[in-house]
Amino acid sequence: MNMKSLLRWESMLVFVLICEFIFFTSASPYFLDIWTISDASFNFTERAIVALPLALLIIAGEIDISVAAIIALASVAMGLGAAHGLGTPELVAIGLGTGLVAGAINGTLVTVGRVPSIVATIGTMTLFRGAAYAVLGDRVLKDYPTSFAIFGQGYVLGPLSIELALFIVLAVAFGIFLHFTRWGRAIYAIGANPIASSCSGIAVNRYKFALFTMTGLFSGLAAILLTSRLGSTRPSIAQGWELEIISMVILGGVSVWGGKGGIAGVVLAAVVLGFVNFGLGLLNIPGIVMSIIVGALLIVVVAIPAVAERWPMRVARKTP
Amino acid sequence: MTSRRDLAFGLLTLALLGAVTLAFPGFAAPNNLVEVFDDTAILILLAIGQMLVILTRGIDLSVAANLALTGMIVALANRAMPDAGLIPIVSIALLSGILLGAFNGLLVWKLRLPPIVVTLGTMSIYRGVIYLLSKGAWVNENEMSRDFLSWVRAEFLGLTTLCWLALAAIVGAILALRFTNIGRDMYAAGGNPTAAQYSGIEPGRMQFIAYTVSGALAGLCGYLWVARFAVAYTDIALGFELQVIAACLIGGVAIAGGVGSVIGVVLGCLFIGIVRNALPLVGISAFWQMFINGLVILAAVLMSARHRDQKRSTLEARAV
Repeated sequence: MNMKSLLRWESMLVFVLICEFIFFTSASPYFLDIWTISDASFNFTERAIVALPLALLIIAGEIDISVAAIIALASVAMGLGAAHGLGTPELVAIGLGTGLVAGAINGTLVTVGRVPSIVATIGTMTLFRGAAYAVLGDRVLKDYPTSFAIFGQGYVLGPLSIELALFIVLAVAFGIFLHFTRWGRAIYAIGANPIASSCSGIAVNRYKFALFTMTGLFSGLAAILLTSRLGSTRPSIAQGWELEIISMVILGGVSVWGGKGGIAGVVLAAVVLGFVNFGLGLLNIPGIVMSIIVGALLIVVVAIPAVAERWPMRVARKTP
Repeated sequence: MTSRRDLAFGLLTLALLGAVTLAFPGFAAPNNLVEVFDDTAILILLAIGQMLVILTRGIDLSVAANLALTGMIVALANRAMPDAGLIPIVSIALLSGILLGAFNGLLVWKLRLPPIVVTLGTMSIYRGVIYLLSKGAWVNENEMSRDFLSWVRAEFLGLTTLCWLALAAIVGAILALRFTNIGRDMYAAGGNPTAAQYSGIEPGRMQFIAYTVSGALAGLCGYLWVARFAVAYTDIALGFELQVIAACLIGGVAIAGGVGSVIGVVLGCLFIGIVRNALPLVGISAFWQMFINGLVILAAVLMSARHRDQKRSTLEARAV
């Protein structure tokens, strides 16, 4: 039942994606062009790269709201490095390192400090974003070396951008990791029942720490791509992205209660959302209208299983 | 346990006040303290609502969006009928707030959807609706009637209406939580939903009530905010929900539910308010506010996590 409903969910996302393509192609003559679509992919690649590890984290029953703040902090750190004349390799190291450390802080708070992940990451979100504001204030950093632009603006081959190529490779890697390795199965087990997993010999806390650290690392990676693409850093960079990234994961069919979901759904949801965003832009519909749609979708998606469960037979009441 | 924490935190807040006063003798002048309280009043009102929600194991990320949407509705209503007077305005504000809050509550109660996803969703829906209502335009001071603007600032016995409302909410919440059935039931429902259920309390209904009250307060604050700052637009109070939640966490409300006191929450608000008002005096840029909030949240949640471990291990055989 589990696998079947998941397949149905993913085929629904494919269906939505096809409808989207048909609609936008008929609505705008500029939509169906390989370069347009290549441009459109920038609407989701950076966020989707963070959505991949976050999906694993949510499957394991935790959550990280601080991802966008980590992106901002890593971007500020790289900007300061660039202002001191550091080269591209050092900047990349700074970006990834900042993300890694920030993720490790989250992981430590949750595993060692025993703070519920939502509270811990609300705290670190305020802390990281606050640090970005405290360091930068209302200034802008933009002394990036020209070679740094390659990550966000470069192309591997024809219209295939480096960002998109990176995302495809990572999506495949995450898919294999989650669905075909014992570590992936352990993540499902932890999300489904942490106590039982712990009793069957899974080092639950070590997994959780690793997942938080990985989410931080990939937020750092997203910071590199975003900063490289924009060529500048403000403390408000990636504001509100946590909502969009979490939406990708949940729309992708990952259960917020943990233990359920898959990478294919998350990838599809990222593409669907990215193209809705882009298509609405083509039609001159302001982005905030999109936020109504995303918000409503988010609620509907979690409501569907809840309603479906109640309809056929009223199950014995469980406490929330 | 809770009251001892409140006492300790109260002393800490006083120490903070003392330290600021030492540097700036004028800070503790009654006039200035009243101003700080006036500045913190909206935060207090919202935090009391948020506390009820967290007490019953929920979280309300949509308060700031509710505030902004209601503020816009009220501003538009006032522009349409400038002579209608205060009572319709306040009624509209309360009604709109109650409806928006009850919508969250219904989804959480009847469909048992996860609170964080529901309110993340409604947060972006409510924000988007403001844009649709206002078409992105601002409602400015010259489009607001005199009654509309002056009520918030009206003084009675040296305190503004805002201060009196905050005081009324504090006293009301203390009395309601201590002496009414619903108040006691909220602690019971949040502390141990299963036990509460067996003793005839429906935890979901308590959550619904909490969300509705939080919504009503957010709606009222929508009017207060718009009248106080004399402007309404899509992005007012953007991100303010985090300060509200921060105030609760700093004030010792446990995210796991069932633990928290009104006094603690008010102290948490005052702490934030004092920091916010003292920073510019001490010559630290206001950009540090968020970072300091983050540090204080983390310190507070780490401490309460330790307390919880000690308590739970002895009192509860099995959590959840």
